[in-house]
This record gives sequence, structure tokens and C-alpha cells, in this order.
Amino acid sequence: MSESDSSPKIQTTIETGDEESRHAPLNARDTVIETRDLDVYYGEEQALDGVSMEINEHDVTALIGPSGCGKSTFLRCINRMNDMIEVCRVEGDVEFGGKNVYDDDVDPVALRRKIGIVFQKPNPFPKSIRDNVAYGLKIQGYEGDIDERVEESLKRAALWDEVKDQLDSSGLDLSGGQQQRLCIARAIAPDPEVILMDEPTSALDPVAASKIEDLIDDLAEEYTVIIVTHNMQQAARISDRTAVFLTGGRLVEYDDTTKIFEDPEEQRVEDYITGKFG
Amino acid sequence: MSKESESGVGSLQRSGFVVRKERFYGRLIAACAVLTILVTVGIILALSGRALSFWSQISPIAFFTGTSWSPVIAESYGVLPLVSGTLIVTVFSALIALPVGLAAAIYLSEYASDKARSILKPALEILAGVPTVIYGYMALVYVTPMIDSFLPISVQIIPPGVSVLPEFTLVMPSLGTFNALSASIVVGIMIIPMVSSISEDALSAVPDSLRQGGYGLGSTKFDVSTRIVVPSATSGIVASYVLAISRAIGETMAVTMAMGMSPQMPYFPNVLRNLAESSQTITAAMVQIAGADSYGGGPTYEALFALGLTLFAITLTMNILAELVRRRFREEY
Repeated sequence: MSESDSSPKIQTTIETGDEESRHAPLNARDTVIETRDLDVYYGEEQALDGVSMEINEHDVTALIGPSGCGKSTFLRCINRMNDMIEVCRVEGDVEFGGKNVYDDDVDPVALRRKIGIVFQKPNPFPKSIRDNVAYGLKIQGYEGDIDERVEESLKRAALWDEVKDQLDSSGLDLSGGQQQRLCIARAIAPDPEVILMDEPTSALDPVAASKIEDLIDDLAEEYTVIIVTHNMQQAARISDRTAVFLTGGRLVEYDDTTKIFEDPEEQRVEDYITGKFG
Repeated sequence: MSKESESGVGSLQRSGFVVRKERFYGRLIAACAVLTILVTVGIILALSGRALSFWSQISPIAFFTGTSWSPVIAESYGVLPLVSGTLIVTVFSALIALPVGLAAAIYLSEYASDKARSILKPALEILAGVPTVIYGYMALVYVTPMIDSFLPISVQIIPPGVSVLPEFTLVMPSLGTFNALSASIVVGIMIIPMVSSISEDALSAVPDSLRQGGYGLGSTKFDVSTRIVVPSATSGIVASYVLAISRAIGETMAVTMAMGMSPQMPYFPNVLRNLAESSQTITAAMVQIAGADSYGGGPTYEALFALGLTLFAITLTMNILAELVRRRFREEY
């Protein structure tokens, strides 16, 4: 750490200079999240129907499908963000590291400290850039050097070079793309195991979006990333595995991304991917 | 019918009647706006004229630095005891209303179910609608006797036996019939709805995406409320505080009834004694002058205007302050 403190510039050039995808397949991936027969209802309406799926550690898993297919609902089940919706009812299992997160003895607050989330619209707090990133550390009572962790997280989110001289200015003063990278830095600062992303680039311009895509690639080295996207090219570019949800909240096909995009088993998936509907 | 609309090139123009009607409405509305401004200006002018006439008889220095207010008996016109009376009530009522009002606002905005909110919010508005004279009466008849049943209390600061100054124990003596403590409590209760209502609006206006962001990072509800929602609504909360304090400064009926009419300079070192005794606020002194038989001239009567102008200056300053704070802390989400 002392090395990066004395020469942060060199450190970041090394980091950003490495363009090759570095999450080359390891031998056997461990399952980090597994759902079994997951049904979700909003009141009378069924949003997910019997979804069973295993998500590998350090993979980027893309969830795609037309609007209203339940992909965001699925994402929000994983860290129980659906708890906040009063009419939402979840049946079935969501196991994280072998433990069903919907068990009575699981504290959703503790769960969300292990499974971070980045939203569609960048939502920095109206606080300084530093305080935005430090927020998660502070509420979790982090005892180490917060400034060091803030710097590290901003570097990992490829935002450090742009904001290092204005850490005390408001996070709201940044551009949309920078705000979203700030939100990613905020999500990774407390060092979660899994990062959920709910259409993280759909509110951004193409340049900002491509920066986020590069970033996701890097993040997969250390984190498991699950990303909901509307953009099929994006799913094809950045993910290792892709899950296709179609209307009615059903998981239609889930396989390696190359297989899904080149040779899907299901005709409906092929129709969707080639743009015949959706 | 269709023929009319086809042939009507003239129908594209406004008729003279419509033009006159529009002009009339425009002027009527403008007149209403001008009227309110004129009334305000008129009040300021009337206050200033008489106040200046007062200050030509009693020097402003004597007025603003004098420590004795006894217009009728001693003809001494020192405003400081009245200012201190006003300050005591304002500070202690704020100590009650600001935290309680904000907590109520947080509860309503963040914790209460829709059903609870739909009952509690109107209930708070009713609290705001209780005539202030009733608060004054309540202080006199219920609050004072109730508190007095626990008194006196004394807290030893310096160990017994060490003699430094005679009254360096913090003693809360028994309450007088008229006392600043009860007045502060009822004024505090009176301004709670103002704090909670305006603060609640500010808290509810904080976008849900910020709350979601907080929960997503593993915040508890209390973390989200106190570390994200409240700081995000600072401008509205501070505005509610300043408005409530202004209201406490200007409050008249309840303090006149509950606190009595004996102007006092603050007493040190035992500050609690100030609460137990009767005092007089600027507003109460004005009521007293207006109710007395000094109508029609003389410095005592004109003191009314000097006091009015002083009070107006204080509340105006508070309102300007509120606006500045509101602008300074306003966040575009």
C-alpha cells in the first residue's frame, strides 16, 4: 500500500494499461448462488415462475429478456431488496454460500453487506465524493484506514484519476457516467462478494457505457458480477454466462454466453436474440 | 355550423371584448399583489415613524442597553430584560420542539405505515390549530402545578464544604404561578407541528433511489433515515427550524398568560432560576402597554412602536436567514 501511496499515478497507469481480459477460466468454478424453484408474486401477479439457476463464482452472469420478464425481480431477490415492497411474496430457495437467504435467521442488512448492488439510474448521495465511497465502510464500523480504502475503491472503479483533486466536492457535480462509476466504487468499498447490477449503463451515453463495461470485466477478477441488461450486444460482450428470461417470469435458457448467442437450444431464445420480438 | 368555421377569417382575431376582459383580470390580480406589498410597507413606515419619535425622546442607546424595563413607574425603557425574556422562551421552546418535531417528521416520513400516517398527519395539523390562548391557560392550570410537584431539585456541582460562591449548586427552585418554564414548554409544543410538518415534506421529497442505495449497502432503517435522508433534506429541515423559532419569538398570548408581566434580567450563575420565575417577553410588554390607559401619546405609548420595530427586525432577520440557508443547502438530486 505504501508503494501506491507514494506513486499513485504509476499504479493507475499499470492498472488501466492492461486491456486483456484477465478473468480467464479457472479450472472448476464454485457455485456461489443457487436458486431452486423460485416463485415471486407481486400481490396476485406472478413475476417469477419456478426459476432454478446456479451462478458461478467470479463469473459475469448476464440476465436478459424483454421488459417485464422478471429479470430485475430475480436480481433483487438475491440480496432481498424486494423486502421493501410490501406486496412482494417470495417462495422457493435462494442459497448464497449454501445458506437460504430467506431463512428466518438471515438478517437482510448483513446479507446486503456481502451482496452489493448498483442501480439503473446513478444515485450518489448528496455528500462529497469521499463520503459517498466511505459510507458503506462507516455504517459497517470499518476500523482500517478509510481514506486508503476510498482511494483503492475509486481506482478500481477507474474514477480516481478524474476525481482525486476534488474528493470533497459533491458527488452530484459529476457527469452521469462518473456518477455511475462512483456508485460502483461505493458498492465495492466494503468489499462484498457479489455485485448485482441492474441495467447499470442504460441511463448513460455510449462512451460512458463502454467505460463501465470495461470496468465490469476487471471487477470479475475479484467479485461475482450479476448484471441485468436490455442490451444484448452488451451481454454478449461482457458476460461469461447468460440467462434468458421470457414473458411470464420463466427462465427459458441458461448457458455459456457463446452458446446462447451462437447456438441456442430454444427457438424462442433465438427469435428474441435475433430481434424477432422483444 | 361548418359554414361559419370555414368563412371565419375574422374568427382568428381576438374580439375587443376578450381583450378588455383579459386586461381587467390582469389588473385585478396585480392590484391584489400590490395591496399586500403596500400594507407591509405601510406597517413598516408607521412603525418607523412612531419609533423614531420615541427614540428622539429616549435615546436609542438607553433603549438598547438599558437593563430595566419599567415604563410606567420608573420611566425606564431598557429593552434588555424583555429581549432576555424572549430569548429564554425561544431557546427553551426550541430545545423541546426542534428534536421532537424532527423525530416526529422522521417517523412520519420513514417509519409510519400509510395508515398510521393518514391518521397522524392530520392529528398534528390539529395541534397547530389549537388557539394559542388555550396553550397559555393549559400552562397556568396544568403544566405549572404538574411540574411543581417534583420541585425543588438541587444538583450539587461543587462538593459540599467547598465554599466558593454562594449559589454554585444548580438549584431548580419551586415554580412561581407565572414562570418561564411552563411558557417555554407550551410554546415548544405549539411549534412542534410547524417543525414536523415542514420537515416531513422535506424528508418525503428525498428520492427513493437514495434510500435504495443506502439499503443496498447494508444500512439499517435507522442508518438510512439519519445518515442519508436527513442530511439530504437539510435545507427544508433548517427552514422549518427557523420558521418555528420565528414563531416562538413572535408568540404572544401563551407567554403573556403563562409567564406573567415582570421583566427580569437573566440571573447567573444558577440559570435554572430564570425558568422558575416570572419574566416578560417583548410581545407581552406590548400587550401590557396596549392594554393600559396610556393611549394617545407620551413615550410609554410610543415605546409600543419601538418594541414592535425591534421585534419585526428580529423576525425579519430570522426569515432572511431561513431563505439563505434554504438556498445554501438546496440539493438537486
